[in-house]
Amino acid sequence: MLTQSTLSAGQAIQRDIIAAGDYYIGTVKAGQTVRILDLEGNQAADTLFYNANDCSERYSASDTIREQGNVYLTTGSKLRSNKNNVMLEIVADTCGRHDTLGGACATESNTVRYDLEKRCMHACRDSWMLAIAENPQFTIGKRDISHNINFFMNVPVTEAGGLSFEDGISDAGKYVEMRAIMDIVVLISNCPQLNNPCNGYNPTPIELIVWGA
Amino acid sequence: MSNYIKEISYKTSLPANSHWSLRMRKGSVLRLTDTNGGSNLAMLFYNPENLLERYNAPDTLKCQHTFKLTQGHCLYSDMGRIFASIVSDTCGWHETMCGNSHAQHIEQRWGQRDYQTDHNDWQQNGNDAFLTEFAKYGLGRADMAANINWFSKVSADSQGQLQLDESYSRAGSEVVLRFEMDTLVMMHSCPHPLSQAEQYPRYQVDIELGRAAEINDDDLCRNSCEENQRGFRNNHLYYLGAL
Repeated sequence: MLTQSTLSAGQAIQRDIIAAGDYYIGTVKAGQTVRILDLEGNQAADTLFYNANDCSERYSASDTIREQGNVYLTTGSKLRSNKNNVMLEIVADTCGRHDTLGGACATESNTVRYDLEKRCMHACRDSWMLAIAENPQFTIGKRDISHNINFFMNVPVTEAGGLSFEDGISDAGKYVEMRAIMDIVVLISNCPQLNNPCNGYNPTPIELIVWGA
Repeated sequence: MSNYIKEISYKTSLPANSHWSLRMRKGSVLRLTDTNGGSNLAMLFYNPENLLERYNAPDTLKCQHTFKLTQGHCLYSDMGRIFASIVSDTCGWHETMCGNSHAQHIEQRWGQRDYQTDHNDWQQNGNDAFLTEFAKYGLGRADMAANINWFSKVSADSQGQLQLDESYSRAGSEVVLRFEMDTLVMMHSCPHPLSQAEQYPRYQVDIELGRAAEINDDDLCRNSCEENQRGFRNNHLYYLGAL
């Protein structure tokens, strides 16, 4: 569902540009609102969330889609944890649909999807691996890296049980906004994938904007 | 006997609301039969050599362009390798996105788990069943992943709305897994988390273990798409030099 935000960027308490192919890791407090902004369009943001007080509680795609009875994420979607608790709620969305089935690209899955000899191309999971290695204070390890949200990505499911990766439905200036229900660690890979249309074959920057409670 | 099974050497049944784990070797088969129809058997895979490598539902679905699992599909780890191939399936649709029932689901629908009254017919939930098996290997909540729910058909309509078909799997429907690498298998037979049955669903699953037949050049799973040919090449690399 398309919903505009009432918040103005001038009132934000924090703004970070995440360069193409880079990662972001940081905390958002309960009650704060976080926006992910697609600056140049058609850019996938592979995102994981953790309970900042216990990182073994994390975003769970299964719990989220099962409890809302729908595979797509948009305004009103409650993003749930592996303990089935609500972590964040999507409060504004100018894109209309986000994917949480397709997971992230990894150098290893790229060998299967594209070619064994493409194993060294940059991938989302490598960004996450570097993020957790460079930021041990969050106590997130490889076992905590799991099934994510692909903001701005379009992965339609058919009634016959098919699944495809379609050209993005996002555009420059589109965004998704969430209110944190608990203290959250946000981990984003600004997707570097060059082998499919999820970034329009041209990875570009995104912006993360946070407003106070 | 299926062309894919050389011999069956052990037969058992997993009762309703139960859990089990076992190590399957490369070249072994596991046949699951929905004894009475309407079962749900949840399953997860780990690499016993490195428990951080686990079944990855998104990678499995996207590389085979499918939302459902059935014959011809391979079940991938997060490291681009194939734990097991679905070499035979008379059910037709198994889902891998809805996860497990939690205690709160069971309690809301059918009342609290109560061992004193129900003994081993207690109303166990899928999440606790998996966590119990996990702990035997030093695994915990952080190691949970989106699991397979064998015999449960969940489809999505054009708007993405999910629907569980509780009567889809018929009595006697079966699925055969051939293991393509050594695999730690975790399973439970607790109800599907979307079940709205009037009573707590109790369905056992028959389990047979044995050896797989040789893999032929025209093997269905290896050749069902180019992605699976590459997945088999990754497994080959993993066992390079092994006897």
